[in-house]
Amino acid sequence: MNRPLLELRKLSTLHLKPLSLSLYRGEISALRGSSGAGKSLLLRSICDLIEHQGELFLNDVSHLKMAAHQWRRSVGMLAAESHWWHETIGEHFSDPAGISEPLLQLGLSSAILDQGVTHCSTGERQRLALIRLLQNEPQVLLLDEPTSGLDQTSALKVEEMIKSYVEQHQAAAIWISHDPEQCRRVATHQLMMDNGLVSEDIL
Amino acid sequence: MILLTPLDLTIAALLVLLLALVSWRSGAAVERKLLWSAVRTTLQLLLIGWILKLLFDQSNPLWIALMATIMLLIAGREVMSRQQRSFSGIWGYGMGTVAMFVSSFGVALIALQFIIRPEPWYMPQYAIPLLGMLLGNTMNGISLGLDRLTSSAWEQRHQLEAKLMLGFTARDAMSPLRRDAIRVGMIPMINAMAAAGVVSLPGMMTGQILAGAPPMEAVKYQILIMFLITVGTGFGTLVATTAGTSRLFDDRERLRLDRLKKKVN
Repeated sequence: MNRPLLELRKLSTLHLKPLSLSLYRGEISALRGSSGAGKSLLLRSICDLIEHQGELFLNDVSHLKMAAHQWRRSVGMLAAESHWWHETIGEHFSDPAGISEPLLQLGLSSAILDQGVTHCSTGERQRLALIRLLQNEPQVLLLDEPTSGLDQTSALKVEEMIKSYVEQHQAAAIWISHDPEQCRRVATHQLMMDNGLVSEDIL
Repeated sequence: MILLTPLDLTIAALLVLLLALVSWRSGAAVERKLLWSAVRTTLQLLLIGWILKLLFDQSNPLWIALMATIMLLIAGREVMSRQQRSFSGIWGYGMGTVAMFVSSFGVALIALQFIIRPEPWYMPQYAIPLLGMLLGNTMNGISLGLDRLTSSAWEQRHQLEAKLMLGFTARDAMSPLRRDAIRVGMIPMINAMAAAGVVSLPGMMTGQILAGAPPMEAVKYQILIMFLITVGTGFGTLVATTAGTSRLFDDRERLRLDRLKKKVN
């Protein structure tokens, strides 16, 4: 029997109405909705970064049965704005030499690893943050506008990388986007969020 | 030992008055503050002298314990008031106070029982000044360390959350911040040890020498005190930053900055 990879049971917060949702392997759910509808809040609750009611399951294992950091290692989140804590980009990767291929796929050169964080553009950092997250090999990706600062060509490369990751790793993703075209291109399911309430979206 | 008469102190007070006069004439506008502080220091020190005299005469362990507790509570308040962002609720007061209690009282107890060994061990002439110096210095270290810990967690909240999103444990995410806080808490004491006798003559030793003690005896006491203070400050800062780090996160390793409150001033 096909069981969901990620299951939300009555997940709710102060600003989030109770939501039950199942995400299966290989699925990407696009999540649209106006600013302030609670999309990022939803991803942060699924990542267990903020207090919430209800229970989350990964492969039928409750998040409460897992240490929080293990949960987040499997259910990884890419924030809308990337943040860095070391001087150079390369220091943020456990195996900087091993990521030349994904760098190339996203149109970045390996030389960027020696660059100072402050010398990279927002768009470069955003793509690097995606690679940083995928290096963890999470089973569920929570993506908060992963292409918001990118030009069309780069955005398409990012879409390609995420889609093939989900396919190869039999992972799943929730993808916040404001672009209906993008939602149609990448997602298997469409969700709409309004005022803390999630519903199926008919594009 | 040359005893000071009230006349001697009056001469010194006249010098302060002269300074106030000059400051008033030059428009520096600090004379009111200067005079008020001079009055305060006189009254406060006379009061503590009177209390110490009572304590020394009685040598009653209960009174000494009461005195020690009051000193601890005042120091705890001071630690909290020096935080830009302190923990809300009982934690704001409790964390620094408990850390100081553990370190200062612990070190004082070891020093009295195993090093100085007065008879009885709680003899106020030794216990109270020792505890006073320990509290005063651990208070500095703990408040500096905690202040750095909470303010850097606030400033680096986005980085901390980014680390959590990547599956860092709260402990790993905080460890560079905590290391920095410990360093900040301990640096003043380490610097004071390095500069002692070269750049500055430590106050306690100077006091003993003025009071007629042989310089080598005063030096030995000063070395002892320096070591005790450093150990007390170090362990106190460790305890406080460990408690602070764990309070910054909940049982699901979420960053809980809502547990901090900003100082209003």
